Parts: sequence; C-alpha cells; structure tokens
Amino acid sequence: MAIEGVDVIKSAAFLGAGLAMGLGAIGPGVGEGMAAAKACEAIGKNPKEAGLLTRTMLVGQAVSESTGIYSLVIALLLLFVV
Amino acid sequence: MGLDVQTWVQVSAFAGGGIAMGFGAIGAAIGEGLTAAQANAAISRSPKMAGDIFKGMLVGQAIAESASIFALVIAMILLFTKFSGTSYVTVAVVMAAGLSMGLGAIGSGVGSGFPAGAACIGMSRQPAMSGRLMTNMLIGSAVCQTPAIFALVTSFILLFTDFTARPVSPTWAAILGAGFASGFGAIGSGLGGGLVAETSCYGVSRQPLMVTPVTNVMLLGQAVTQTTAIYGLLVSFILMFKTFPGSGALAPASALLAAGLCMGIGAIGPGVGEGFTARSAVDAIARNGEATADLTRTMLVGQAVSESTGIYSLVIALVLIFVV
Repeated sequence: MAIEGVDVIKSAAFLGAGLAMGLGAIGPGVGEGMAAAKACEAIGKNPKEAGLLTRTMLVGQAVSESTGIYSLVIALLLLFVV
Repeated sequence: MGLDVQTWVQVSAFAGGGIAMGFGAIGAAIGEGLTAAQANAAISRSPKMAGDIFKGMLVGQAIAESASIFALVIAMILLFTKFSGTSYVTVAVVMAAGLSMGLGAIGSGVGSGFPAGAACIGMSRQPAMSGRLMTNMLIGSAVCQTPAIFALVTSFILLFTDFTARPVSPTWAAILGAGFASGFGAIGSGLGGGLVAETSCYGVSRQPLMVTPVTNVMLLGQAVTQTTAIYGLLVSFILMFKTFPGSGALAPASALLAAGLCMGIGAIGPGVGEGFTARSAVDAIARNGEATADLTRTMLVGQAVSESTGIYSLVIALVLIFVV
C-alpha cells in the first residue's frame, strides 16, 4: 500500500489538533485553579467581600482561559479548515 | 530477517511491562518519601506521639504503595502471559496496557503521600485528634487512588478482551489512544486529589471542631477534581469498544491516536488546578468556618471555570473520534 501525500498531511493535521488542545489545556487548567485558590483564601480572611472577590476571580480566570480558547480555535482550524 | 507476529507481540509485552513498572514506581516512591519526611518532622516535634505517628506513616505509605502494586501486577501479567500471535493488534494492546498503568500510577502515588504526611504532622500538633486524622487521611487517600484504579481497569480490559478479530488499522491507534487517555488522564486528578486531602488533614488538626465541614468539602472538592480522570476513562472506553472500519490510510489511525493523547494530556491541567482551588477552600474553611457556604460556592465556580479546558479537550477528542 502506497501512502499518499494527502493522507500524510491529514494525519499530521489530526495529530497536531490533538496535541494543540491537549497541551494547551494544561496551562489554563492549572492557572485558573490557582486564581480560584487565592480567591478562596481571600474570602476566608474577609468573607464580607465575597461578591467582589468572586467577580475579580472570574475576570482573572476569563483572561487566563484565553490561551485555552486559542488552542481550541487552532485545533478546530486544523480539523476542519486547513 | 523476518520476524513473525508472535515475536513482535512478545517484544511489545516485555517493553510494556518495563514501562508499566518503571513509570509506575515514580509516583509511589516520591509520595512515600514525602510522608516519611513529614513523619520525621512530626516525631521530632512531639516524641511522645512516636508510636501513633509511625503507625499513621505506615498506613499512609501502604495506600500510596497500592498504585505501584497495580503497576507491578500489570507488569507481571505482561511478562508471564503467553499472548496469542494471530494479529498485529495484540502488539498495540500489550503496549497500551503497560502505558496506561505506568502513567496512571504516577499521580495517585504522589497524591496519596500528601495526606499521609499531613496526618503525621497533625498528630504531633493535636494528639487527641489522631484517630480522626487517621480516618480523614484514609478517606482522602482512597479517593486519590481512584485515578490509578481507572488506569488499572483500562489495562485489565485491554489484556482480557479479544481484539484480534478487528482490522489492524486503525484499531492499533485506537488501542494506543485508549492507553494514553486513561494513563495521562489519571496524573492530574491523582495529584490534585492529594493536595485537597493534605490540607483537610492539616485543617482537622488545627481546628478539631470543624471536622465535619472540612471532610465534606474535601470530598466535594476531590470529586470535582476526579472529573477529568473520568473524561479520560470515558474516551478510552469509547476507543476500546467502538469498532472502527478497517482502512489502509494513515489519517483515520492518526485521528484516533490524537483523540487519546488530546484527552489524556488535556486532563492533567484541570485536575491539578482544581486540586489547588479545593485545597485553599478547605484551608480557609478550617480557619473561618462561618464562611463555609460562600467558600464552597466560590470553590465550585472556580473549579467549573478551570474545568472548561478539560471539556474543550473532551470535545476535540470526540470530534476526532466521531466526526473527522
């Protein structure tokens, strides 16, 4: 069986998509967890500000999430567009 | 020089056995070392409690050890079983069984070492709570072991299911992907669960009155931490039990292998991150019990956001399996 160029390119795109999303999920997962951890610490010290702290935590996590979303976009591009 | 299928199966089984035990030894060794270090610190602080602390250390280490005993079992099976050499699929099956168990034992081994060490320190601080600390440590460590057990289940299914009737390509890739998904997927959840259990043991010793909320929130936090390992198990089940049409092309095989890698590696980060979150929440509850409701809510919200990248990985893995 002869392996064709198109086949090789497709399989590289699939592997690339999987690795992009898999590796790209590590950073945001850990980083957002750390942000939430500090928010919990702060609420423990100052429960009255729970609303403000949760809001700040969510904004911070949303920014941290962006690299995960970039990975998702690249993975989807590799799967369906390229 | 032509080697037959039987030879390659044997080569792969031996290599898989080595991988299973080699990787499988990493986690438990580190975890138990941490426990012993903490036990020494605890005994130097309160020598009178040496007996209880020593007992706690041994029990905790025994639990951490179980992850690497699973790996030993799989390695033994791979070394001493005579696998049938009728299909090249078996080459992938034995390798995947070793990869799954070897990688899957890392997180749980390290993770289970954390609560055991914290329980030893706790006994030296608060001797009256040593019974309760032991219980808390046992519950926490047991939950830490679940990702390793998921990996063990995957390895057993791989070893005792007959895949030889399936087409070689792309089944080989699906099988290897299943091994990676449950093996890598177990690392983060094992570690994260250990972080949560560690703080809860410190919390119990610091504030004995808060035992109930501390243990409850620990279990809740650990349960959320386990979800990414469950995604890994789910993807590996799909890869093992779905029958894929045979194809000589490379692309379908790559897609299945990539699905396993994507879910496995993608599960590491959220597992660890959610563990950090629950650790701090449990710690804060032990210090300030009045804020338990607020803290639990914020913990769950924070973990849910942290989970999102794990869910993206699941989505991409499912797209790779079912759509492309």
